[in-house]
Amino acid sequence: MIQAIAFYLFATLVLASGVLTIVARNPVHSVLWLILAFFNGAGLMLLVGAEFLAFLLIIVYVGAVAVLFLFVVMMLNIDFAELRAGFVKNFPLGIAIALVLLAELVLGVGAYRAGALDLGTADGMAAPLAGESNIENIGALLYGRYLFLFESAGIILLVAMVGAIVLTHRGTRSPRGQQNIARQIARKPSEATVNTKPEIGQGVEL
Amino acid sequence: MIGVEHYVVVSSILFVLGVLGIFLNRKNIIVILMAIELILLAVNLNLVAFSAFLNDLTGQVFAMFVLTVAAGEAAIGLAILVIYYRSRGTIAVDDVNRMKG
Repeated sequence: MIQAIAFYLFATLVLASGVLTIVARNPVHSVLWLILAFFNGAGLMLLVGAEFLAFLLIIVYVGAVAVLFLFVVMMLNIDFAELRAGFVKNFPLGIAIALVLLAELVLGVGAYRAGALDLGTADGMAAPLAGESNIENIGALLYGRYLFLFESAGIILLVAMVGAIVLTHRGTRSPRGQQNIARQIARKPSEATVNTKPEIGQGVEL
Repeated sequence: MIGVEHYVVVSSILFVLGVLGIFLNRKNIIVILMAIELILLAVNLNLVAFSAFLNDLTGQVFAMFVLTVAAGEAAIGLAILVIYYRSRGTIAVDDVNRMKG
């Protein structure tokens, strides 16, 4: 009973905040609705016992991605009213395509229900072990069977990080000048220093 | 009792909402990116629900990879957005015509 109440609460809220994300006038409000949608999505995942994914969703999405969106929306000085100009014009087309998509999904589920399709069943290779928590089970899978996939996920994140930094980095224009590290390293003592033997009372010209 | 069908219904409606968001906000690329995040959330919900109801953890591992790629995509997309705004002063999708595509 309590599961059903929680499910309907989370499902209603995730769908409502999804609607408000795409129709909100102000993109800042959109981001905040998106955060609410992620929270309720995490609640839905908790209900089926996927704690690790639920908290990962909150930590990664709400903690990092949504805040990144918030920063970008607030940093750029954009006239959002102008960007909304085509909203009403695009509405019929958008609704039509959404309805077509929904009809296709319903058709797919109906075809599966009719029983002619065999989608296969789980082979039991990755079945959760009884008595161990969700996190322990996922950890055993990630560091065992899916180790190389896990490593490649790390490489994807590294490439994304380097890419984002390279794209947005501007060389510092400091009043104190810049440090050119390549030039600094390539400098040799023989180019930088001169040995002179000045006569007495002559001084040195540099 | 809540079955996998309930989850499939919720996630397919959420998926369609994401696609609708792309069409409704065709000029505002920030909201388009958010709609893509909604779509990925729907996909993740579906993967997790099937993983739980079929008693197979592969779906949850895969959802984690989807999460990874989504985070990278958001970071790169927003970085491109920021440098585009720096050079052009606008982010309207209709004005993106420098390459005459």
